[in-house]
Amino acid sequence: MTGVGSTEPAGSAGAGFPGAEAENSLYEAIQEERAKYPDDSRSAVLPALRLAQGQHGWLSPDALREVAEALELTPAYCKSVASFYDQLHLAPVGEHLVEVCTNVSCAVVGAQRVVEAFESELGCRAGETSDDGKVTLRAVECLGGCGWATIVAVDHHYRTHVSAEHVPAIVEELRGA
Amino acid sequence: MAPDIVLENATTELAEYEATGGYAALAKARAMTPEAVTEDLITSELRGRGGAFFPAGRKWSFVPSKEQLPKPHYLVVNADESEPGSFKDNEILSRVPHRFIEGCLITAHAIDSQHVFVYIRGEYSGPYEILVGALEELKDRPDIRGDVTIVVHRGAGAYICGEETALLESLEGKRGQPRSKPPFPAISGLYASPTVVNNVETITTVPPVIAMGGAEYASLGVPNTRGSRVVSLSGNVVHGGNYEIEPGMSIKDIVYSLGGGIPDGRELKAVVPGGSSTVILTKGEIDVGYDFDSLAQVHTAMGSAGIVVLDDRCCIVQLGIRWSEFYEHESCGKCTPCREGTRWLTAILRKLEDGRATQGDLDLLLSVCDRINGKCLCPLGDSDAIIIASYVAKFRDEFQAHIDNGACPFGGESSLDGVLAPIQMHTHSPVAEVPA
Repeated sequence: MTGVGSTEPAGSAGAGFPGAEAENSLYEAIQEERAKYPDDSRSAVLPALRLAQGQHGWLSPDALREVAEALELTPAYCKSVASFYDQLHLAPVGEHLVEVCTNVSCAVVGAQRVVEAFESELGCRAGETSDDGKVTLRAVECLGGCGWATIVAVDHHYRTHVSAEHVPAIVEELRGA
Repeated sequence: MAPDIVLENATTELAEYEATGGYAALAKARAMTPEAVTEDLITSELRGRGGAFFPAGRKWSFVPSKEQLPKPHYLVVNADESEPGSFKDNEILSRVPHRFIEGCLITAHAIDSQHVFVYIRGEYSGPYEILVGALEELKDRPDIRGDVTIVVHRGAGAYICGEETALLESLEGKRGQPRSKPPFPAISGLYASPTVVNNVETITTVPPVIAMGGAEYASLGVPNTRGSRVVSLSGNVVHGGNYEIEPGMSIKDIVYSLGGGIPDGRELKAVVPGGSSTVILTKGEIDVGYDFDSLAQVHTAMGSAGIVVLDDRCCIVQLGIRWSEFYEHESCGKCTPCREGTRWLTAILRKLEDGRATQGDLDLLLSVCDRINGKCLCPLGDSDAIIIASYVAKFRDEFQAHIDNGACPFGGESSLDGVLAPIQMHTHSPVAEVPA
């Protein structure tokens, strides 16, 4: 599925994942992640949560249970880890994710106007999802592209030098996709 | 003026990288003993580029031998670049992934490690894909890979994981909360084994150091800051971007010669020299060399080399609010002075900005800074305290004007006016109210 979280299994990008394609079950994909770390470690928790979120769209109780079973941990442990990290969603989100950096370097060149343009195009506030369920809008902390402000991450890929005028076209693109 | 060391001959292609001498430094290093490689790094005077500026070769030399401590050795690369104002590692990983990988392999040789973990921030999908693509190209090249496995581990959005012990916790599958030190990672790091944690730029500088020899690298730059530095320039500046400079170049030259100065005919107000957590410089203080010693003389630091330029539309109280909201949002909650103090700083600054503050609130603000500074496990809370105190010290008149006027003197025209910080989206954490 397209959209929120990791848009596809990390394996499709290549290294360490020979043959790991979408038809692999979540359980198997998690075991492949697990094999990269020492046997007695919990290191595969974050990769597993990312995979589960990619498949479920968000970390629902079912998703957390699947991760826990695959890693022989408790759902509570998995949730305690997930709740620490900004990119892991413990509530449903839209099909697409728009994240506007509002830290200082972006803010001084107009990030707030970009946020407001998205709010007006989408008809929802930052932190919310549009009524059609298509897009979740968020203000986020520094994305690490300060010299190319304003940075907007659209489904986790950066758009640079975004200003308010560019917003309608981005929203149209997402609604059409 | 601008040596190309880290970003020289940028390419993502293995063949092209090898055609310009890529992986030759690895072959050279592998023909040397690990001790000799470490010795050359010590000679180069290369210091850590993540912010702490610790000598890289000395850090490597702290790793005990496997005879002394029979455990696996780990190299963990900190690619969790999240300091507001810094975006150099983003560009390094995207433009010279093979030089970065070569640096990992040389470092692994120097510390006798067969396991490398690259902890890359979750938001960096682009650099992640490029790095994974470059590693894929090495699949059929055991001559390059040797006996080393490189695992790219993605974070999931947490500034604190740039702190090395929080990063190790996160990599072990836990919440990213800093550990108390000692023990230091060189003795007990990842999985309680000897671990070296280095920043992306540090690692990417290793191949050129080995290629040219530590002594030649140490001939560049100025005392205590050798070689080159990749500087991130952003904010109110014409040409934002990353620039590789020779240390010692003045901040004024970086902003005006490389960056093209201030746009829209505005005046410079201040410069933040090394990412959000460094002490601010007023416009009168920027004729200073960009190196460790020169910046120490004006009580600030290079940090992670993110220079943020601010023009005269920036309200300094609002700057304090925005960055304090950032630290409040990113505090892991482990240490009370940071968890509570950062939100008190935000609340008091908000009161000042809204024109509701009395003279006592300014004293309270500085008192809270004192109660955070030096009282936590890691530098996150300290950073908030130090920068806010520096804003008051250098722009006291502007703070005073907020009290005297009962309003922000910018009257809604500040460049940071009304900006929405992520913490304001969270409703589960009620905002602290400063008692009247």
